[in-house]
Amino acid sequence: MVGIKSYGAYIPRYRMDHGTLFMAVAFLGTFPAPGENAVANHDEDTLTMAVGAGIDCLSGMKREIVDGLYIATTSQPYMVRQNSALVATALDLQSSIRTADFIGSTKSGTTALLSALDTVRGDTLANILVCASDCRLSKPGSPQESLYGDGAASLLVGNDDVIATFEGAYSVSYDFPDRWRASGEKFEHAWEDRFIRDSGYSQFIAEVISGLLKKYNLNIKDFARIVYPGLYAREHGAIAKKLGADPAQLQDTLLSTVGDTGSASPLMMLVAALEDAKPGDRILVASFGDGGDAMSFQVTEKIKNVGSRRAVRKHIAAKKDLASYEKYLAFRNLAPMDLGMRGEINIKTPMSALFRERKVILSLCGSKCKKCGTPQYPYQRVCVNPDCGAIDQMEDYRFSDRKGVVFTYTGDNLAASIDPPSIYGLVDFDGGGRFWFDFTDCDLDSVKVGMPVEMTFRRRYVDESSGVHGYSWKAAPIRA
Amino acid sequence: MAEGIRDKVAIIGMGCTKFGELWDKSAEDLMVDAFKECMEDAGIEKKDINSAWFGVHFEEQSVGKGATSLALALKLPFIPVTRTENFCATATEAFRGACYGVASGAYDIALALGVEKLKDTGYGGLPGGPSLMGTKNAMIMPKLTAPGAFAMMATRYFSVYGLNPEEGKRMLAKVSVKSHYNGARNPKAHLRREVTEEQIINAPIIAWPLGLFDCCGVSDGSAAAIVTRADMAKKFRPDPIRVKALQVALSSGEELMYTKWDGAHVETTYRAGKLAYKEAGVKNPREEISMAEVHDCFSITEAVTMEDLQFSPRGKVKADIEAGRFNHDGPQPIQPDGGLKCFGHPIGASGLRMIYEMYKQLQGKAQLPERQIKNPKLGLTHNLGGFPPMNIVSIAIVGL
Repeated sequence: MVGIKSYGAYIPRYRMDHGTLFMAVAFLGTFPAPGENAVANHDEDTLTMAVGAGIDCLSGMKREIVDGLYIATTSQPYMVRQNSALVATALDLQSSIRTADFIGSTKSGTTALLSALDTVRGDTLANILVCASDCRLSKPGSPQESLYGDGAASLLVGNDDVIATFEGAYSVSYDFPDRWRASGEKFEHAWEDRFIRDSGYSQFIAEVISGLLKKYNLNIKDFARIVYPGLYAREHGAIAKKLGADPAQLQDTLLSTVGDTGSASPLMMLVAALEDAKPGDRILVASFGDGGDAMSFQVTEKIKNVGSRRAVRKHIAAKKDLASYEKYLAFRNLAPMDLGMRGEINIKTPMSALFRERKVILSLCGSKCKKCGTPQYPYQRVCVNPDCGAIDQMEDYRFSDRKGVVFTYTGDNLAASIDPPSIYGLVDFDGGGRFWFDFTDCDLDSVKVGMPVEMTFRRRYVDESSGVHGYSWKAAPIRA
Repeated sequence: MAEGIRDKVAIIGMGCTKFGELWDKSAEDLMVDAFKECMEDAGIEKKDINSAWFGVHFEEQSVGKGATSLALALKLPFIPVTRTENFCATATEAFRGACYGVASGAYDIALALGVEKLKDTGYGGLPGGPSLMGTKNAMIMPKLTAPGAFAMMATRYFSVYGLNPEEGKRMLAKVSVKSHYNGARNPKAHLRREVTEEQIINAPIIAWPLGLFDCCGVSDGSAAAIVTRADMAKKFRPDPIRVKALQVALSSGEELMYTKWDGAHVETTYRAGKLAYKEAGVKNPREEISMAEVHDCFSITEAVTMEDLQFSPRGKVKADIEAGRFNHDGPQPIQPDGGLKCFGHPIGASGLRMIYEMYKQLQGKAQLPERQIKNPKLGLTHNLGGFPPMNIVSIAIVGL
């Protein structure tokens, strides 16, 4: 049976408290609803979060089984250079896979999932990883600033050992101009909220769910959980009522804890639903955006075998208040900050070297000596163990999913950084291997020699003169 | 069996500019200034020089690639000039080239000159680490700076030897107090003010745990030496200074990528030191090395170098620092000229600036009587280029 085999999510550590936001933007007449939303760190974006969610989803599984990767987003860093191919490299997936980007609509998350399910059902691929991720830039002072949150969800689709079987789907499509962003534009435009709510949100979700129920002769009461995005709190409940559902069936929208994560939103809610699901539960998932998709799943006994995942719940709990609106603007480059002349030094990315060294730079792979067993990063041809020194006796060795401990560290106030001090240090990996890395998602006071760390894929720089978003791996304290 | 360089080469002239933020001097001006003093000291003419070695590190900031800038600035008459670059060991490498050139018999007289013009970058400190380490490193290394790279050694030293940050910082502060005391008395130094332990401890943090006064200055400067074969040296002056050892050691990668290095010492210094002592016939460095100019880019670097050079027992430098062993009036003066701490560190010049101080001290010609060390026999210089887990060390020992 085709269905979902595993799930994962990623939510950035930082939260923007809406009280902080209110203090900053109230003068414009913008009054955010109470709550908080998840905001990316300065080194996070759509792709780093997609990688984070993918790692969570694949934890404890063999990455070799994955033969497809679909990325869904409305905020991809690259218009040309396939975002899914970059994420596949970061996840160290094999090169004999199919990659595709699903972009341009907030329903792209469900569309990517549906396409994966259909592809696996059609037997052309066996295991497709779907990562939906959004890190949308909203204009300072706009209502989207408190509404939107940053986050990602990941689902592995396959036809064996599924934890939720796919029962069917129904879609509607409208050229609904609620929000739009033309090529080359930085921010979205939005039409009047009441129009979006009354002509789109309330209509399409009801239509696509009703269509699904009718097509498969299902009853709304058959579902333990009903998942659809909650752009408008009151209408969210009203739609359920119109469909004859009990409000208790509705999955929490994450709106006051994470925010509306765009294309990731319905899938993050689905992941949260799966975290609590029992065998036999039916889950209905619908998306909103230029129409919408609806699909039905039934949870199997295998749900009990899913290993430990951070998923949505643990990611929501492991958070830190960003506390500063100015910092938020600086992180998004919405207020140009002075980094000193050091910050102006720009090295052009040598793309041919980046491709040649992709396993080292993007996959965090090194080598392990077949003679003495020493893992080493980056890849070496001559073994670094002084008592070995074997030449060309290496096999690939991935460090990205290895934990380690801080060997030493510093907090550097001289290095150009949007979030000084720059914290970095040397990491000794469990199982062997040592290298130096930038640290992220930590405060200097909390870092200690011997502190356990894990590796996280981050944006290293944006070179606007060349249009290059550069990525590398950093070390971070192990997130609960 | 290799014999080494001991007593084969002698220095017959040296020059050193004042170091500092020399806004009015170009790299070429500095080369000419160092060369002029050096030639007057040696008492030779330009036509006597057979060959030259030229050290500069950040060529893009100043003189461009190759060695033509030296030949052009000094109008050297179509002689061989070779540029050396090996991070902070650059000047000592130029000196090594000149020494090997005359020791081999290929030349009678050779010039070594190092220069660096750092103050045209537009910012304090040196350019960041990854930009110096090639294309791959620029994409995987942390975005570190020199203070940060060495701060990590302080973190590690404190951790390995159980010093809390307060104890560790106080130990390091004493290193800088001593160097500022010496620098304040040196007319060629850049920073010429004494500082107190409290000032140092309360200074702004540059890279935790290192504060402002744990870091050396950044300056412009140049230094030069004329060398000849030892058997010819007395023809030029009565007090030539003999080269006793020249050694260089580079990291093998095991510090950065293998897990045995303790992070609280510099392996290359220890290795190069052992070879240099063997070459110079030194059995007990703590007793036999009269004085040294070591690479005190940061206070922690000087502290661990005392252990790596076997001046202090491993892990015990704190006691020696507290006892004033390395003070100007102590039994083994370190940085008698004020060190990198007070001279600043124009990379391509520093190694020769250190040898200049040893040369003058050995000749009894330190500019002021209160600067003169009594009857020194052997002087050691040490450069550490790169970062503690990945570096180049050069050591020179000179004597009468």
